[in-house]
Amino acid sequence: MSTRVQLFITCLAEQFFPGVLKRMVTLLERLGAQVDFPEEQTCCGQPFFNSGHWNEARKMARRWLDVFGRTEGVIVSPSGSCVDMVRHHYPQLLPPGTPEHRMAEEAAARTFEFTQFLVRELKITNVGACFPHKVTYHASCHLLRGLGVREEPKILLRNVKGLELVPLPGEETCCGFGGVFSVIYPEVSRAMMEAKLRAIEESGAEVVVACDAGCLMNIAGGLEQTRSRVKAMHLIEVLTAERGIE
Amino acid sequence: MSCSPARIDFRANTQRVPREMPAAAQKATSRFLAGRAALVEALGAEAWEELRQAGHDLRLHAITHLDHYLERAERQVTAAGGRVHWARDAVEACRIVIEIARERHATRAVKAKSMATEEIGLNHALQAAGIRVLETDLGEYIVQLAGVGPAHIVVPAFHFSKEEIAELFREKLGVEAPADTQALTAIARAKLREEFLAADMGITGGNFLVAEAGTVVTVTNEGNGRMCSTVPPVHVAVVGIDKIVPNWESLAVLLKLLARSATGQKLSCYTSFITGPPRTKNERGPREFHLVLLDNGRSRMLRTPEGRETLLCIRCGACLNICPVFNNVGGHAYGWPISGPTGSILAPQILGARTAGGLPFASTLCGACVDICPVKIPITEILLHLRHRVMEGDTQEPSVASTMMRFGAKVGGLALGMPWLYRLGSRIMKIAQAPFRRNAWLPKLPPPLHRWTMGRPFPAFAADFRQWWRSRTHNR
Repeated sequence: MSTRVQLFITCLAEQFFPGVLKRMVTLLERLGAQVDFPEEQTCCGQPFFNSGHWNEARKMARRWLDVFGRTEGVIVSPSGSCVDMVRHHYPQLLPPGTPEHRMAEEAAARTFEFTQFLVRELKITNVGACFPHKVTYHASCHLLRGLGVREEPKILLRNVKGLELVPLPGEETCCGFGGVFSVIYPEVSRAMMEAKLRAIEESGAEVVVACDAGCLMNIAGGLEQTRSRVKAMHLIEVLTAERGIE
Repeated sequence: MSCSPARIDFRANTQRVPREMPAAAQKATSRFLAGRAALVEALGAEAWEELRQAGHDLRLHAITHLDHYLERAERQVTAAGGRVHWARDAVEACRIVIEIARERHATRAVKAKSMATEEIGLNHALQAAGIRVLETDLGEYIVQLAGVGPAHIVVPAFHFSKEEIAELFREKLGVEAPADTQALTAIARAKLREEFLAADMGITGGNFLVAEAGTVVTVTNEGNGRMCSTVPPVHVAVVGIDKIVPNWESLAVLLKLLARSATGQKLSCYTSFITGPPRTKNERGPREFHLVLLDNGRSRMLRTPEGRETLLCIRCGACLNICPVFNNVGGHAYGWPISGPTGSILAPQILGARTAGGLPFASTLCGACVDICPVKIPITEILLHLRHRVMEGDTQEPSVASTMMRFGAKVGGLALGMPWLYRLGSRIMKIAQAPFRRNAWLPKLPPPLHRWTMGRPFPAFAADFRQWWRSRTHNR
């Protein structure tokens, strides 16, 4: 395989989970991809779109398309919600029938979330990782319902050597992040997060895995707050593990 | 419940949620969801999806041909001896009902559970006009006695324990009431029976209005709805114009979807079909039948394609049951009788963005409601559209966002949108965070992020991917 991959690193992952990004590059290259990083990228505009500021979101979408629109190959991101933004909301933001709308649709069609790309596009389900721990999986809402990615992350996890995947009660229930929601309605966001933390503890897992920087910020922060022994990790961190938790 | 409440402050309301509310909500909603899931499974996922699609399509057809079907319904109701009244808004609807009552010297009304009458604040208006009105659905009876609004559109009193209901009955009815469900039901039943017999007027809503027959359909479980529509001499049905369905075939599809989605039943205990008053001497029932067709912003909603599908709602409550926000706050937090995701898309369009503009933000956009909705309303898309209306305004309403908010978005757009500023910003943040930092976390942050750190620490800014990428390409 010599697929050309454009990294769409997303602003949240860049600011808070740079380790995930480095591991993503290493893994993609190990799988034979030719990885490029368009350096002019910033934020996809999702926070603006979701909070109703569509003029700002539209500007960000145009910027993103300037950066990614003329690249070759596929565009891959470690965050489901950002991919959902590009795939479903960019075409909505730009006037139909215009060249920029066509460009948005063209880019949308070749933009993938990481597990979606691995399992659906490359047909890779085993990346040769070893992680001898009890792991549970939280389904991020936009990955699940926006992109329809339900089984892919779990397929990848099940094929990790030594890993025991245990069910998470309410796996598909939102963790309470919701972007702007978490600062507009902090009390409700917190109550939802606490429900998620209880479910994680109940699962008996040592590690909870998610595929979106937003959910990870929320869940990892909650686990830190409660001094939990459970660790929150991005799926890519598990898929690039050789011996387990480092 | 007044017709046009003051600005709904969802956050302040959530801060007042009683401690027991989330557990009570989850107990009620999980029971409904389990029942629903079992019935969907029995039907088969594929058949269920087909049914949902059929439900969506026929509801969309009905609301896009509303004028045609409403005129048809009016002709049929009139032909059956009923009277049709058109109400532009809540005030007009209330006035019509009051006039019907006054002309007949009615002073006592019994009422079945109806979200349309809650929406227009009918009880309040009737009482202000000196007409005593009593809710007869057990849940509504309880919340009416307690002087609060419904906490859920299907089970309005789920948040009351049997001990609280017993206490309420002792206090308000002056009877000895044990904290036992059967005994409490018996007390309410005896009390309500007297009221049914003494009432001058029965008021119901309508789950559907079948255009080809002019028939109002009500779906209930306690039989009180049928008592309201048959025992008193006058029956008034207040029905939203969106409740129209073309024919019996479409009704069959919707009835299948409604009870399964609402309460996990194949069919509710009572499904009543009301076509005008009795026409022969041998038929029993009220002498008069009045149908109040309520617009209250609905025809305006039809004008925006992005918000139109809100009108497909059949008020089953499934979106409330599945919603993680609703399950943590209950219905009162929404400040309007129709709560949950469907309330969050309906209220801003009926009451306006100034009053209810906070509600479209009372969602994480998780989309669970979209998956469960029996008529496939794209709830998250409508929430997004309404958030846009609130912030930037659209063809229906101007923006109601503060200058600060719009300015904030502009600044944010600049900072995140210009590569050099964005990169500079991430460097500055790494330095500026030092005083707040404890290892990999920022436990307390200044506004506006203090609202985040109320619940959990914020992760420390750690951007170094770009440097890593450059050094790597250099060394190759």
